[in-house]
Amino acid sequence: MSTETLTARLRDSAAVRHLATWDAAIIAATIAFLVVAAQTVEHFGTARNAGYIILDLAPILLLALAMTLIVTTGEIDLSVASTVGLTSAAMGVMWNSGIPLETIMPLAVVLGALLGAVNGLFITGFGLPSLAVTIGTLALYRGLSYVLLGDTAVADWPRAFTGWVLGTIGETQVPNVLIPLAALAAVVAVVLHATTVGRAVYAAGANPIAAAYAGVPVRRLKFWLYVASGAMAGLCGVFWTLRYSSARADNAFGLELTVVAVVLLGGVSIFGGKGALPGVLAAVVLLTALQNALRLAHVSTEALTVVTGSLLIAAVLAPNTASAIRGALRHRQRRTV
Amino acid sequence: MGATEQTGPEAARPIVALTGVAKRFGAVRALSDARLELHAGEAHALVGENGAGKSTLIKILAGLYRPDAGSVEIDGRPVAFAGTAEAKAAGIAVIYQEPALFGDLTVAENLFVGRQPKGRFGLIDRAEMNRRAAALLERLGVRLDPDRPAGGLSIADQQIVEIAGAIALDARVLVMDEPTAALSGVEVERLFGVVRSLRDDGAAVLFISHRFDEVEALCQRVTVMRDGAHVSTDRMDEVTVEQLVRRMVGRELGAMFPKREVEPGETVLEVEGLSRAGICRDVGFTVRAGEIVALAGLVGAGRSEVVQAVFGIEPRDTGTVRVDGRTLPSGSPRAAMRAGVALVPEDRRLQGLLLDLSVMRNATLVRRGRLSRFGFLTGGAERREAAEWTARLSTKYGRLTDPAATLSGGNQQKVVLAKWLAANPRLLIVDEPTRGIDVATKAEVHRLLSELAADGVAILMVSSELLEVLGMADRVLVMREGRIAGELSRAEATEESVMLLATGQEAAA
Repeated sequence: MSTETLTARLRDSAAVRHLATWDAAIIAATIAFLVVAAQTVEHFGTARNAGYIILDLAPILLLALAMTLIVTTGEIDLSVASTVGLTSAAMGVMWNSGIPLETIMPLAVVLGALLGAVNGLFITGFGLPSLAVTIGTLALYRGLSYVLLGDTAVADWPRAFTGWVLGTIGETQVPNVLIPLAALAAVVAVVLHATTVGRAVYAAGANPIAAAYAGVPVRRLKFWLYVASGAMAGLCGVFWTLRYSSARADNAFGLELTVVAVVLLGGVSIFGGKGALPGVLAAVVLLTALQNALRLAHVSTEALTVVTGSLLIAAVLAPNTASAIRGALRHRQRRTV
Repeated sequence: MGATEQTGPEAARPIVALTGVAKRFGAVRALSDARLELHAGEAHALVGENGAGKSTLIKILAGLYRPDAGSVEIDGRPVAFAGTAEAKAAGIAVIYQEPALFGDLTVAENLFVGRQPKGRFGLIDRAEMNRRAAALLERLGVRLDPDRPAGGLSIADQQIVEIAGAIALDARVLVMDEPTAALSGVEVERLFGVVRSLRDDGAAVLFISHRFDEVEALCQRVTVMRDGAHVSTDRMDEVTVEQLVRRMVGRELGAMFPKREVEPGETVLEVEGLSRAGICRDVGFTVRAGEIVALAGLVGAGRSEVVQAVFGIEPRDTGTVRVDGRTLPSGSPRAAMRAGVALVPEDRRLQGLLLDLSVMRNATLVRRGRLSRFGFLTGGAERREAAEWTARLSTKYGRLTDPAATLSGGNQQKVVLAKWLAANPRLLIVDEPTRGIDVATKAEVHRLLSELAADGVAILMVSSELLEVLGMADRVLVMREGRIAGELSRAEATEESVMLLATGQEAAA
């Protein structure tokens, strides 16, 4: 067999093609990091620490699930962290006025969905760019949070709820929140990769005009994705409030950048149409575990910010570079006409 | 194989001579033995199917690729361009199908990008720049305001500006890669006027086109390529179109337009009083089952806009659209699809395909709902459907998971067709179904349309190619300035009768 046919066969092999994807690379990098950190950083590999990591990644994951869908359609939602802050502040106000927490929690999710619907209306109804609209609501929702709560914090949340959020399943070290998180991730993965809605999401991101010609209701789809993103942010607001037992106007401040970063680091193209959820999940784990390991290694907070910042730049650069390289390879193979 | 005419003794040394040029990309042999001679003051046509190696040859001339073997000579001296800048310096200018101008800059600014005339204090001397631009355009015999933004110009005028830019750089060889694909008849004439005057000034022109009428109108010599190799070079007046086509495909073609006679059935599409402000007015027509109705007219007459309004991509201001007697709501492609309407759009890259997504995803996008079980798709059904329909249209691709962008133009068009044919439409609307695809694929598409009509599908076809319109249509509706200017039966429709209605001119000479 000549080398030429050998390389052609390698190129055609499904396994090789899969390994060449960014998804596989980020998953491998995450596993490698976890293994190395467990052996070199004291306390990192313990079950207790794993539980902390899961609690830390929960808010990022919740927001990243919806963000993955939105970025895949070629849009963005920068208002998610402010939506977390506003729902958290609203929870505080409702709790102070004596509404039971069982009622407050679903209301917070509904409020988040409404805030998302406002984004969706401006973006799909008036055709405004999502970057501009959600930068606007990023400021607006955060400002409303301060209107509701000012600098005060509402901290007297019932033990039964905060305890459950921080607790573990039975005698194990598995956090209670892991089950609902895993379930949500699985639902989003199935929706994106194995339903007609997922196909429409990719089509809308790859070429909204051609998608419309094929009968994909692009605007309606995007509207509902913003509603879903808002609802997830509302859910995240509930989690954040109970986890830290504190409703504050500045909850989750700046978290949107981390969320966008993990989505891009996970291999979702900022231009839409490309990406997969496994890569994003791995990126969420990688970023959270990295921050955790650095803290355990007593790296100063300033250095932590530098490392995170660098990772964010890498997040944007690397997948684009990788796809540029793949594109160049494909171009070389392509039969030119 | 065709006779290869050597350049006559009267011909001077060619400006450009390519001999035995070969180029491989990995395992694919794009060029094996390409030959081409371009002479001063002569327009030379290069024809061949998609994949024949025309584009690779042009890219070698443009300095984008370096040949693996063979020689490229300019004025008898061998050259090896290391990049496009060196090719430009050697006087070779390439004009592509889509002009690459800065839309927000003026015509003059585009012409002098990077070398604007400087006035006092090193500032750009706009008056001088506009004066020089006007002189350049004057030389080409065109009237264009140098102070207009280039983005507002028609495609034809943008190409003329690019040609002017090439002249400003003292180009002696003008290479044009399918420049007329997006132009109407009048614009083509305008462009050709410019090219002729340039040619008569002593430039060598290489013209690539799928349209033989244009090749005949412009060129003195024609080279046929097939499978990366030179087949023949002849004087244009010594060879017939049929001979050229036969050499391009390397086999006898069946009838160019395999139209089958079908007795039309019941009315499928009824359009009445369709209007859109500034675009079309009071358009009404019907299409019956088994009938192929062509919408002819000049580019800009509103043909695509009418079919887009019928399909619901654009809303209509007034008028009704009925399919099988049921009125379609305005602006809803989904409702049109439910009623059995399919639209294969004009611009397959922009409107027809998700270029970055796989052949499979593209081929099954329309049918994703039908292929799913309660909305869930597992891949197997999509794979089977995509494999079946791409095979029925004999589409050539590597793997079903390859991005659609990797396919040739003709095969991309087949994927778009497969996507819609899988939906088993009652009414198939095709907008420029064979634009920019090779002769053999064209014939396949025509055969397919004919078969579909024989099976009782109603077909509405927008086409700028008169031969296609005359060859395929049972009835021809000619549009002019947003209105239906007239309707011609198959018997009445001739090139003259269609063009008369399209241009609104009284009997031309």
